[in-house]
Amino acid sequence: MSLRDVLSPYTAWKHLFEAPVTIKDPIGREAAERYRGFHQNDLSKCIGCGSCEDICQNAAIDMVPVSDPKTGDSGLRPMIDYGRCCWCALCVDVCMTGSLTMSNEYTWVDSDPDAFRFTPGVDLKSWDAEEKGYKRENNERRLTGTHRPEMGMLEPEARIASFGEIVHGYTRAEAVIEADRCVECGLCVATCPAHMDIPDYIRKVREGDYEGGLKLLYETNPFSQTCGRVCTHACETACAAVHEGDAIAIRWLKRDITDNVPRERYFDLISKPDVPETGKKVAIVGAGPGGLTTAFDLARAGNEVVVFEALPKPGGMMRYGIPEYRLPYDVLDHEISVIEKMGVDIRCNQRIGTDITLDQLKKDHDAVVLSLGLNQGRSTRVPGSEEAESAIDLLRRITAGDKVPVPKQVAIIGGGNVAMDIARSMARLQRQKHGEVGVTVTALEDFDHFLADDEEVEEAREEGCVIYDARGPQEIVVKSGKVAGLRTWKCKAIFDAEGRFAPKYDASDEMVHPAQMVVEAIGQSADISLLGAELTEKLEWNRGRIRIDQNGRTSEPWLWAAGDLVSGPDVIHAVADGHRVAKSVSAMLQATRETH
Amino acid sequence: MMFNLKTDRSQYPQPGPDGKLEIDLETGKYLKLWQGPNHPGITGNMSVELTVCGDEVVAGKTHVGYLHRGFEKLMERRSFIQVFPIVCRVCVPEPDFNEYCYAAAVEELAGIKVPELANWMRTLILEMGRFNSYMMFLGGISGALGLGVVGQWMTYVRDLMLDRFEELTGARIYHMFILPGGVRGHLPDGFAGRMEEVLRTAEKYLADVEKVMFRNAVYKRRTKGIGVIDPKLFEPYGVTGPNARAGGVAKDLRKDAPYLVYNELDFEVQTGKDSDIHTRVDVRYRDIHQSIALIRQILQKMPKDGPVMAKIPNVLHWQIPRGETYIKGESSRGEYGYYLVTDGSGYPRRINVRGPSYTHAMALLEHLIPGTNISDVAQLMVSLHTYPPEIER
Ligand code: SF4
Ligand code: SF4
Ligand code: SF4
Repeated sequence: MSLRDVLSPYTAWKHLFEAPVTIKDPIGREAAERYRGFHQNDLSKCIGCGSCEDICQNAAIDMVPVSDPKTGDSGLRPMIDYGRCCWCALCVDVCMTGSLTMSNEYTWVDSDPDAFRFTPGVDLKSWDAEEKGYKRENNERRLTGTHRPEMGMLEPEARIASFGEIVHGYTRAEAVIEADRCVECGLCVATCPAHMDIPDYIRKVREGDYEGGLKLLYETNPFSQTCGRVCTHACETACAAVHEGDAIAIRWLKRDITDNVPRERYFDLISKPDVPETGKKVAIVGAGPGGLTTAFDLARAGNEVVVFEALPKPGGMMRYGIPEYRLPYDVLDHEISVIEKMGVDIRCNQRIGTDITLDQLKKDHDAVVLSLGLNQGRSTRVPGSEEAESAIDLLRRITAGDKVPVPKQVAIIGGGNVAMDIARSMARLQRQKHGEVGVTVTALEDFDHFLADDEEVEEAREEGCVIYDARGPQEIVVKSGKVAGLRTWKCKAIFDAEGRFAPKYDASDEMVHPAQMVVEAIGQSADISLLGAELTEKLEWNRGRIRIDQNGRTSEPWLWAAGDLVSGPDVIHAVADGHRVAKSVSAMLQATRETH
Repeated sequence: MMFNLKTDRSQYPQPGPDGKLEIDLETGKYLKLWQGPNHPGITGNMSVELTVCGDEVVAGKTHVGYLHRGFEKLMERRSFIQVFPIVCRVCVPEPDFNEYCYAAAVEELAGIKVPELANWMRTLILEMGRFNSYMMFLGGISGALGLGVVGQWMTYVRDLMLDRFEELTGARIYHMFILPGGVRGHLPDGFAGRMEEVLRTAEKYLADVEKVMFRNAVYKRRTKGIGVIDPKLFEPYGVTGPNARAGGVAKDLRKDAPYLVYNELDFEVQTGKDSDIHTRVDVRYRDIHQSIALIRQILQKMPKDGPVMAKIPNVLHWQIPRGETYIKGESSRGEYGYYLVTDGSGYPRRINVRGPSYTHAMALLEHLIPGTNISDVAQLMVSLHTYPPEIER
């Protein structure tokens, strides 16, 4: 032992007069920029999807109702219990909208222990506006996928050459990636008119249990193959994933299930339930999605169901309004055959009012359901419009295989999806006949307010259609009894100050689109002449539509109405209607059985 | 010499021919003494049940379980992402090893490749964690010997490093930064400069520790030749890390089985020969300096930009195919490892945490205790550098 070893420790004394190294009062010390402190929630962004609640391993988050939710959200917001929270910030990382963040605030003193259970954003706090604190880096959500795989499609050259289906459908790998992105929040379910069990069938895709998935689909939608292709997918606008990246491709995933179950298996999986026959008879007018869904439900409940269809084949507007390249006929045939397997008797070429009267139907059946499509085109009534073709009529004739005139130049009036359908159908026919496309679409709306879906517009353009926006039809030019073109003016405004339809034009900006055929695609209506004068008089009406109660029943107790006639042109709305009406009819039939 | 340190052992019990000690408490010769679970001479919450005769300890039994929170079982009921906030809690002073081992195990079984920059960041964090763990150790060993001031200095230096942890990870103690797939963020602007200041301060205080502790007569007397671990015990007792290196075994997983970016870094395995308390502290002291050098090296060599997170599946229903793996690394206390078994479901089938404290603080300590003086038990235990939370997962 040296003397140095005895003295050396005393060197510690050199610190004697230094300030202490410990901080005397840590309260008020500002935490780091990224510090994971108290939570903030931007309520204008939060949709109440509950992903934050799902991920929290401490069960610190409870979704609680708030008084002023936005439309399309769950009406719930995360309430956080600081007695449980461990400040892991996984909730911030997973948040589907980026609304949830953390401040760098970390001291909070309160004598009430319940105060530490609070709803950020609702219970206002001093740190609500604090910029510092934990945020996701570059605001990137990295814990769930943000983008959908691109859908494989025919190239424009290939698709314009025929009416073959354009969209390939996902490969298994793509479907798994896409299905994996769903956070199972269920926000979409409320938005889907038929309330399909979306998160659960998406899970089936993930698990590869396509047969289980198909059964789930059929619980709410006997037209899943059709909807998997042409649904207007309102669900996707409500999807939690839409706020940062792409919505889940709900429609394509539905299609993925239906494509991956062999057709013959459908008949085993969707078998008729073993229920006793009720002995009741129901007549349904119109074999569109509304009527056939009603028929499907009522037949499965043990009723005798007959569907009367005026056209040669069932399917209604799905067959005669939607072009084959979007919905192949064999898909529809197969879908309808599953419905027929339930014992539904579909009688085609039976026009009510001509071949058989509504009165007769009423007499022969316990209930009658009207399910009419919007199969009559509206006219612009501009000079020369009597020479125009109606889009919906043309589409029907193309489907039916009738010969339709195919001139080299066609002008279309209208900017909705039907306008795109007829434009693209005519383009295909022109290509077949003349080797080139000559279609001009003129829409009243400008591109910022366009009615047709973006992809429809894009694909139509790729196929060679020319689209003009903000053009109002003035005249269909007829020369020596033949259509020669369409004269349009620039449209400056469509609606007046009260929001009524009153287009204003700039006459100085005139165009004449040369065309040997002009097609009007400006809306459709239902042909209700089959009701007859007496019944039309008796029924209650609401602004030109048959008045129905919330179950789809008209003011006549034996008559229900469903489909486009009551909900506008949309397959999934018609399906939802069909279920609603079937339920109401069933309840009535049940009641009569019990009282007789 | 001022004190007669020779003990008259005649009154102490002698072992029988089989080497075993017959302890009959009825004789009144022995006393049971509990050190812990709350005791300044215990690292963390555990206790040693000492049987003493005079001031010599004749037997010691370790008792654990005071901290048991059932982590491993808990994790079997959590999804793979939900395990992430739990693992750091398995070891308070050096939590990052848990984050790394768990993340790496998940990544291996799920087939995820981590971006290069993330591996550098992880290495940086592990060395920062090692440094801080050693700060706790130096404070602990000096405290066990009554050198309280060293503990205060080390706490201060550790706090400065915690500031760096805070700005990098968003938290001081439980960083929750190494996420399966990568790390949560990049270095904040100016981080390297602020880190350099901390390292310089650390070096300054370490120089003081050198003078106050290592050149201290009392310290030397109480650590040299005391608590010697016979290197023959290393294998059967699973002794790793500085405890083994102080006995001449040049084993360091950073060299022997390089993980992360260690094979791109220059460093040496620190060893000693005497295997006593003094050597163990000395090996760690040199390792601290090496960590400082490594932190500088990493900050200098690491890529300046690039992604820090790989693409991972939707964590809300992440399922990992059937498999098992063991991921290990060299923590400040020795081999740290995670054994993960997956069964294709969304939950780990089994997670087992291999903390070096499990062997060091229980079996090894029990073996080393008999024959020591009561007053040496504390520094003997601290010299093994053990953290009870990792014993009780
Ligand atoms: S994850 Fe985000 S958007 Fe969803 S409920 Fe939580 S805070 Fe709101
Ligand atoms: S920070 Fe972690 S523990 Fe706290 S509420 Fe969010 S997910 Fe739960
Ligand atoms: S599809 Fe979208 S809205 Fe529906 S459950 Fe999945 S993430 Fe939620």
